[in-house]
Amino acid sequence: MGISVHCDIVSAEQSIFSGLVELVVAAGALGDLGIAPGHAPLMTKLNPGPVRVIKQGGEEEIFFVSGGYLEVQPNLVTVLSDSAQRADDVDEAAALEAKKEAERALANQSGDFDYSRAAAQLAEASARLRVVQQLRKKH
Amino acid sequence: MAVGKEIRNQISSIKSTQKITSAMEMVAASKMRKAQDRMSLGKPYAEKIRSVVSHLANATPEYNHLYLQEREIKRVGYIVISTDRGLCGGLNVNLFKKTVKEMKHWHDQGAEVDICAVGQKAISFFKSYGGNVVAALSHLGDEPSAHELIGSVKVMLDAYDEGKIDRLFVVYNQFLNTMTQKPEIAQLLPLQAADEDDLKHHWDYIYEPEAKDLLDGLLTRYVESQVYQGVVENVACEQAARMIAMKSATDNAGEIINELQLVYNKARQAAITQEISEIVGGAAAV
Repeated sequence: MGISVHCDIVSAEQSIFSGLVELVVAAGALGDLGIAPGHAPLMTKLNPGPVRVIKQGGEEEIFFVSGGYLEVQPNLVTVLSDSAQRADDVDEAAALEAKKEAERALANQSGDFDYSRAAAQLAEASARLRVVQQLRKKH
Repeated sequence: MAVGKEIRNQISSIKSTQKITSAMEMVAASKMRKAQDRMSLGKPYAEKIRSVVSHLANATPEYNHLYLQEREIKRVGYIVISTDRGLCGGLNVNLFKKTVKEMKHWHDQGAEVDICAVGQKAISFFKSYGGNVVAALSHLGDEPSAHELIGSVKVMLDAYDEGKIDRLFVVYNQFLNTMTQKPEIAQLLPLQAADEDDLKHHWDYIYEPEAKDLLDGLLTRYVESQVYQGVVENVACEQAARMIAMKSATDNAGEIINELQLVYNKARQAAITQEISEIVGGAAAV
């Protein structure tokens, strides 16, 4: 059993996960990053994507977050997400549909088109798909 | 029989009032349960973001954000969260009393007060009391959404950014339990550091990306989440206070009905006795 750090994942709606972990892997604004116990204090923005935690004992769990913030203290990791889901709850069909919808919106732009919004939607849908694929790889 | 007609009318009107208050009590009870659930679901996020931000206030950042600096106080801002509807006991009154006391305190120190009123009761209170209301928001309903709040919160944040206000507070009712709600004033800006001894040494986060962008987003999110949590908590308080107020109204109505019933029975008995004695007296005279 390796050393561990306490990790909390909360979303605006509820608390998703709380417990001791050996590693947290999240999609930061500047690329994916892994946090092991004893990491230097860090604060970063999260992109929509999976947050993978390896719990004490080696069991792995994947969560989906649609953006948020990650705070690292030497003995505490906190993920403040806008909305988080357990990966098992992510619906692949719905994610695919949302991705197609966003791509379509980006493709035929009209005058009063909100580009940044559609791009954000696309990013979120792709992130959901990534989570589903990662989960499938695991099983 | 003509005796006690007024009393009978009074009893029946109180009975119908009692029906209404007991129905309101039950409605408030069921709404309170839902509001309490919503409040407890949002709590972990609000608490976590508060602890993250207080860590931040303890840090010695490379970039000194506006929200972390103490300024000389010339004008303060209050976000006052009240209910939309009345009939909830002293909930709003206690809240306003506390706010007014604080406002007086600032006035004595020569500082002006700006108010952002949330809820119909706050709007009408500050209209009659006076006070510089810069933003108002009402009819959030039982399920307030964060989107609706952002606009009025932004008014206050912009005022803070521009240096129009030097401190920002949020005033709401804290839900202690069903019987007790406590008016609470919490300082939002500038941030207050937590008293954690192990964080006292000089340190800073590694920021990804730039500290400025990150802190702007995070601190705005922080203020919004605290105000949102305040609103949600206030809704739970409103329903709890209404439930208690309506319960005591129902009980009081029952008491009054009993008293009136007693008076009515006595009057009726007196009338009957009088009639009998008249008949007896008449018979004796014949």
